[in-house]
Amino acid sequence: MAGKTLYDKIWDAHVVHTDPETGEALLYIDLHLIHEVTTPQAFAGLKAERRKVRRPELTLAVADHNTPTENQSAGLEGVTDDAARNQLTALSRNVAEHGIEFFPMGDINNGIVHVVGPEQGRTQPGMTIVCGDSHTSTHGAFGALAHGIGTSEVEHVLATQTLRARKSKNMAIEVTGELREGVTAKDLALHLISVIGTAGGTGHVMEYRGPAIEKLSIEGRMTLCNLSIEGGARAGIIAPDEKTFDYIKGRPSAPKGAAWEMAVRHWETLKSDPDAGWDHVVDIRAEDVEPTVTWGTSPEQAMPLSGTVPDPAEMRDPAKKAAAERALHYMDLKPGAPIAGTPVQRVFIGSCTNSRIEDLREVATIVENSKVSEGVRAMIVPGSGLVRAQAEAEGLDKVFTEAGFEWREPGCSMCLGMNPDTLAPGERCASTSNRNFEGRQGRGGRTHLMSPALAARAAINGVIG
Amino acid sequence: MKAFTTLTSTAAPLTHQGRLMANVDTDMIIPKQFLKTTEREGLSQGLFYELKTRADGSPDPDFVLNQPAYQNAGILIAGENFGCGSSREHAPWALLDQGITCVIAPSFADIFHNNCYKNGILPIQLPFEICEALGNQAGGSNHKFTVDLERQIITTPDGEEIAFDVDEGRKASLLEGLDDIGMTLTAEDTISQYERRRQSAMPWLETEAG
Ligand code: SF4
Repeated sequence: MAGKTLYDKIWDAHVVHTDPETGEALLYIDLHLIHEVTTPQAFAGLKAERRKVRRPELTLAVADHNTPTENQSAGLEGVTDDAARNQLTALSRNVAEHGIEFFPMGDINNGIVHVVGPEQGRTQPGMTIVCGDSHTSTHGAFGALAHGIGTSEVEHVLATQTLRARKSKNMAIEVTGELREGVTAKDLALHLISVIGTAGGTGHVMEYRGPAIEKLSIEGRMTLCNLSIEGGARAGIIAPDEKTFDYIKGRPSAPKGAAWEMAVRHWETLKSDPDAGWDHVVDIRAEDVEPTVTWGTSPEQAMPLSGTVPDPAEMRDPAKKAAAERALHYMDLKPGAPIAGTPVQRVFIGSCTNSRIEDLREVATIVENSKVSEGVRAMIVPGSGLVRAQAEAEGLDKVFTEAGFEWREPGCSMCLGMNPDTLAPGERCASTSNRNFEGRQGRGGRTHLMSPALAARAAINGVIG
Repeated sequence: MKAFTTLTSTAAPLTHQGRLMANVDTDMIIPKQFLKTTEREGLSQGLFYELKTRADGSPDPDFVLNQPAYQNAGILIAGENFGCGSSREHAPWALLDQGITCVIAPSFADIFHNNCYKNGILPIQLPFEICEALGNQAGGSNHKFTVDLERQIITTPDGEEIAFDVDEGRKASLLEGLDDIGMTLTAEDTISQYERRRQSAMPWLETEAG
């Protein structure tokens, strides 16, 4: 019999019950992260049926998706958007009613849900983690099985601490060799998606493996796992190692003393067996990855920074060709033109993909003693209050503001533009976020996804490159 | 959840330059400005908002659901990887609010696919050529399709019968409109037993120091 993958192991350890007829499993959930946008209807559903939250202590709430990124100390009264305030108020009320731990807007521990979980040590190897947000895949960086769910499922998890789930297939992403100097996890992720396509991982859990992955920092691994969903995968996962344990140790919710020792002994077993059976294997040579940017309106429409905009006329796949034509029209780009040198009006450094302290340090080294190009509005939105405080303790905020960046308060911000931070029609933005869909950052806005380093350079140069 | 048994309705093909649109993402299905609600109803106003309205806010007469023949379509036909992107359940809620309870496409993104079943929407996966053929028959208001979930058959306006696959468990819950949570809660003892096993095998998960 073939060995088990890491995913198989976590799955097996969490199956409460499997329906013999349908194969549907009831999977126990170790950590349920919630936020204001995908929960109000779930709590309303509980109320209508007079149901309770089964394990409030396994649930953690933050306010992140539609919070403003300035003047947060003014509290909910300071939120000018009525609908957003209403959702934020509903969350405060719901968590209080059910005794759920909550970091409200303005609390130093608050921030983007996928930054906060790891930061607090709530995210741990071997766990099952769900959240009503597709980028929950981020937590896979710790060797946890983590994925997004819909609101009906949020309600189900609140009421039962379980999820009805079907097992996905196993996909191995083998990354051999070493990333070149100046090439980051973000470049690797965009490169991978351009190879496999946005539906390439559909129905699979992807495990990232190989020497290049082991070399990545935990923050880099989070960036990579974060983007698994853009490759269509249910989740992305990386086997935990010493780096993982070091990252978790000492965080507020990390196990302590004897519990820590016991946890680590368990965590050390969390890796795929050498003879594990994979349904699909993708090989990537790390040396092939260049600094990468997107040119279209899907994360798979990515290309090396040194390249030229692809020509739909040369595409054989009719679906890809039609998508490329539409995307180039929307993005106002010409086939054959170099992508480097394309002028940008906006720069957004933030989102759960790239808003952690390591990202901000990298940006700071690039923009120090430089100025944001005239006519460019550049914004840095830290992933959490703690990231913001750390950056300020290191003086990074000074570097940013002196260079002409706006230094904002934490939240999802322009990643999805639910708060006032949005692009105007036709504006082109160098963005460290994860989706370049039409209208994602504002109707008619044109998003180019890239690493924090490339976005920082775009801010200074006024052009991509 | 409302049960899905059979549906007889017109179908609206979602096309761009004559081809069924691929990668229709959830931001397209319902843009973010409509996510600030605490309700499940009323979301049809946001459905395909940026496709159905022009920049000045007026309806775009070219958009399929704005055309009289398709206004009451209960079936949507689209291209590959339908529903990719965010986990927002507002996407199926908006479809439902519009009266669309069946989506036919060559492939679906995982979370959206799941969300459909939780809301009594039947996602049907068929090869691209068949989707395209169905789209071509979806001409006007008298072009009615019948989707019979029990038999797993689509009958086209031309009288042709097309079989489709569906997961048995999902089919059963759709046919009966079952309440997932209520069903899971009947397994309360099994869940509690699991919790006791978990407590002895992975006690650090319980001694959360927060
Ligand atoms: S930053 Fe963007 S992708 Fe991440 S949780 Fe917020 S909205 Fe979702």
